[in-house]
Amino acid sequence: MDQGIHIEGLSKRYGAGDTAVDALKDVNMSVAPGEVIGLVGPSGSGKTTLLKCLGAVIEPTRGRMTLGGEVIYEQGWKIPDLRTLRRDRIGFVFQAPYLIPFLDVTDNVALLPMLAGRSNSESRVRALELLEALDVAHRAKAQISELSGGEQQRVSIARALANQPPVILADEPTAPLDSERALAVMRILNQMARQYQTAIIVVTHDEKIIPTFKRIYHIRDGRTVEEAGEGREIS
Amino acid sequence: MISLAGRDILHSWSKFVLTGFGLGLLIGVTLTMAGVYRGMVDDAKVLLTNSGADLWVVQKDTQGPYAESSSIKDDVYRQILGLPGVARAANVTYFTMQVRHGDTEARTMVVGFEPDQPGEPGYLVAGRRLVRGHYEAIADVKTGFRLGDRIQIRRHEYAVVGLTRRMVSSGGDPMVFIPLKDAQEAQFLKDNDAIIGDRARTAANPAFNRPGVPGLLEAINASQSSNRNVNAVLVRVAEGISPDSVAREIRRWKHLEAFTREQMEEILIAKLIATAAKQIGMFLAILVVVSAAIVAFIIYTMTLGKIREIAVLKLIGTRNRTIASMILQQAMGLGLIGFAVGKIAATLWAPAFPKFVLLLPADAVSGFMIVMVVCALASTLAIHAALKVDPAEAIGG
Repeated sequence: MDQGIHIEGLSKRYGAGDTAVDALKDVNMSVAPGEVIGLVGPSGSGKTTLLKCLGAVIEPTRGRMTLGGEVIYEQGWKIPDLRTLRRDRIGFVFQAPYLIPFLDVTDNVALLPMLAGRSNSESRVRALELLEALDVAHRAKAQISELSGGEQQRVSIARALANQPPVILADEPTAPLDSERALAVMRILNQMARQYQTAIIVVTHDEKIIPTFKRIYHIRDGRTVEEAGEGREIS
Repeated sequence: MISLAGRDILHSWSKFVLTGFGLGLLIGVTLTMAGVYRGMVDDAKVLLTNSGADLWVVQKDTQGPYAESSSIKDDVYRQILGLPGVARAANVTYFTMQVRHGDTEARTMVVGFEPDQPGEPGYLVAGRRLVRGHYEAIADVKTGFRLGDRIQIRRHEYAVVGLTRRMVSSGGDPMVFIPLKDAQEAQFLKDNDAIIGDRARTAANPAFNRPGVPGLLEAINASQSSNRNVNAVLVRVAEGISPDSVAREIRRWKHLEAFTREQMEEILIAKLIATAAKQIGMFLAILVVVSAAIVAFIIYTMTLGKIREIAVLKLIGTRNRTIASMILQQAMGLGLIGFAVGKIAATLWAPAFPKFVLLLPADAVSGFMIVMVVCALASTLAIHAALKVDPAEAIGG
């Protein structure tokens, strides 16, 4: 698999000497374009550390990472500008939507293309396309505070997709939602992954959505184990 | 690219406007303090301009008549008139006192002058000039007196027959102009008991009360109760004559001190109001520091309230300079609102001050620039805090 995201032997050590903690130990993972995989594990297992490494927010101690066929980490970052990498090639969906409260729905989504240097009009057209795809176009001019939790999460997914990144990292995106809304979010993520050929990694310990993954990486004590998921269809 | 700062301000405009309003009142106080100082300087200049003199001749070794007391005889002006280059010379007296009007009092500077000579009020806004030799007065409108009012100066009543404006002492006290002779009497007049006591003491002195010298005692009593002194002689030099050269002649031949307009300005501004100016300068400095601290605190608090959003912005690739620019623009926006409110407030309340407050456009421009610089500097703390935010904070765990 050349596209998508691949990691080999990824490790992360915090601290040094006697107080050193190995948060990740030789983690391997591959996610193909259009695929949604689950990353599950108990608290303190290393999920968030892995997500931060994948998101180019913290630097791994060793290993190799490729994104869209390009090596981005191998004994150090291979991309000089990690900010641009995060902006253009990685989408983020958080547990809480963390939308910018002083921007309306459209501009929250359009902000990323604008930051990437696209014109305001082009960015807004792109934002409206995504809002349409996520069925929130009717709230395009609304303020964030006027949206329901589910709508906010859909807008945050639209924002993650705004620059058409090859990978989206979703950090417990269904945690605050009830079963119905959690499954709705998963349906949207699966649909978007197929539609935009995006690799999506969903960090979760939400039992409601775990059966929807076709592949799951279990993480415990910094090590991952891959297993097949149920891949249950979401109605 | 959309303006993040602008959107944030629009989103929470009421908070911004209220904060800007509070800051604006502080800026208004700062501008007013500057205006008070400008007013003091202007009062001093107006005092000199309105006196209509080129030279102030005062007692030797003094810096009178405004900064120090000065006393010279009232016939000195005749000697000065005889000097080459002198066009006009006139006696004046100045003294500060509480002038009574009915049950109220006004602190004023009473000026004794001779009509149609240097020292008389420059213009009237109501009424007429003095036409009688005694007991008429022209008052500055700031005294609160009106035409026809009868005011009490020492033991005599004066009718207010004219009103003038912007005639104040260097201390800002409005002036009341009365005839010179009345002013001389009022300045040195003793009360009745003191006069009786003096006469008794003189009569008891055998040197003054000689049986063989009729009229001596009466002459001494008369000289004790009359005053032949004035505070200064105002001189206008002839056209084409340098006031400096006339001043030199007066100092050399008349054993008096003579000040030109420039020297008098130096005395009034650099010496007389220097302490007050330093006082105001200290207030201004403190107000600028307080304003900066308030802006810094407000912007810092507002930034801390957006830490999560800033972390998200950094995570999704917003450049540091975009975030710094957002905070800087908000600080400047706050300063802009504050300055507008402050300028309007200062303009509205300045006329209500008892002393003249002069709000110069140049001071407003300087004030605006200082506010902007202070806001920019004050935002650095918040910018520093924002730039320290780790984008990883946006990711839970």
